[in-house]
Amino acid sequence: MTIKVLGSGCANCQRLENNVRLVLKSTGIDAAVEKVTDYGAILGYGVSSTPALVVDEQVVLAGRVPSPQQLETLLRGA
Amino acid sequence: MKVKTAARAPALGGFPAVRLTLAAAIWVALYAVKGPVFDWLVYDALGLARSTRLADAVHFFLFDTFKIVLLLAAIIFAVTVLRSFFSVERTRALLGGRREGAGNALAAGLGVVTPFCSCSAVPAFIGFVAAGVPLGVTLSFLIASPMVNEIALVMLFGLFGWGIAAIYLASGLILAVVAGMVLGRLHLEKYVEPFVFETRLGGKAIDPSRQLTWGERVQMGVEELRTILAKIWPYLLVGIGLGAAIHGWVPQSFFLRYAGPGNPLAVPVAVLLGIPLYSNAAGILPLVEALHAKGLAMGTTLAFMMAVTALSLPEMIILRRVLKPRLIGVYITVVGAGILATGFLFNALL
Repeated sequence: MTIKVLGSGCANCQRLENNVRLVLKSTGIDAAVEKVTDYGAILGYGVSSTPALVVDEQVVLAGRVPSPQQLETLLRGA
Repeated sequence: MKVKTAARAPALGGFPAVRLTLAAAIWVALYAVKGPVFDWLVYDALGLARSTRLADAVHFFLFDTFKIVLLLAAIIFAVTVLRSFFSVERTRALLGGRREGAGNALAAGLGVVTPFCSCSAVPAFIGFVAAGVPLGVTLSFLIASPMVNEIALVMLFGLFGWGIAAIYLASGLILAVVAGMVLGRLHLEKYVEPFVFETRLGGKAIDPSRQLTWGERVQMGVEELRTILAKIWPYLLVGIGLGAAIHGWVPQSFFLRYAGPGNPLAVPVAVLLGIPLYSNAAGILPLVEALHAKGLAMGTTLAFMMAVTALSLPEMIILRRVLKPRLIGVYITVVGAGILATGFLFNALL
């Protein structure tokens, strides 16, 4: 599973990345995490509300920072 | 066909009526007892004599902090839940290809209700342009968003009543519409960074406002509440502290003498002072309340508040990524002029 966190460095984007890493550690799910800050790439996914989460090239969430529990549900389901 | 929420995990499913009712009851109880509790605390427990400056200032500080935190909690929660029905993606779909006039009005209205974190300003702006939203309409959205701050709106209503709150809303909207139309006419596209027009909006847009259950909306409300309070408490304390100092030590009608409604310089000075300052709306309101209580005219007070909250250096820095300095200068000038006009209007009307 490849996970991309889309965002350009504001506090929310950082929180999403932190939450993702936390959940990956606690669930043991094996995934590569990449932070995408280039606007061209972000818009390439059709996203205009950051932060956004992309799992295996599908945008699963945009515009907010989910709680670790919600993230876990999202990632397990992906 | 709508997916039934029962299919989701029960904890996040239907409307959390019990929890919300309980929370509301606690809130009302706290709000009702705040007067007596702080009167007791300051004048009896701490033993400060009434009507001394120190006692007045301390009382104002404690009482106002408590009151404002309570109000903020309610407002932020309610507004976040309401806003969860809107999103930049949905707004973009609504505005795409619209012409001026109606487009500007719709954009201004949406600018007020669409949740919009300033770090999203760049992707949102680019997204709008890519979706065929005219520059003037996009600017109406960008101007309305900070001009009508929902926290300020509700607090103005709480402090000064319906009339003031309504005029604040109306003037912000009208300014956003007119400014957007004027700027649209000036054909300032050449002052937008070129890459904005070259970026292609790919993929299938996901709309964050759809597919949310009530449980999730409430959860967002609570999280937003926690996040915002954690972020703004320094501004809040400084604003309330200044308000308390003014409340306790500045003579009554001080401002009436030096910056009353008859003095035409008051509004421009207020705006000029406000532009370089930045505060969250919640932090500035206690200061605004205290200033007005000491005789500062309503129009001047509002102009100051709007200048502080609507024009901020952090936002300008972010906008610099998509707008060239000249367009930013135009933006600041137009919004500043609008605030000036609002200040004079209020002073004349009230």
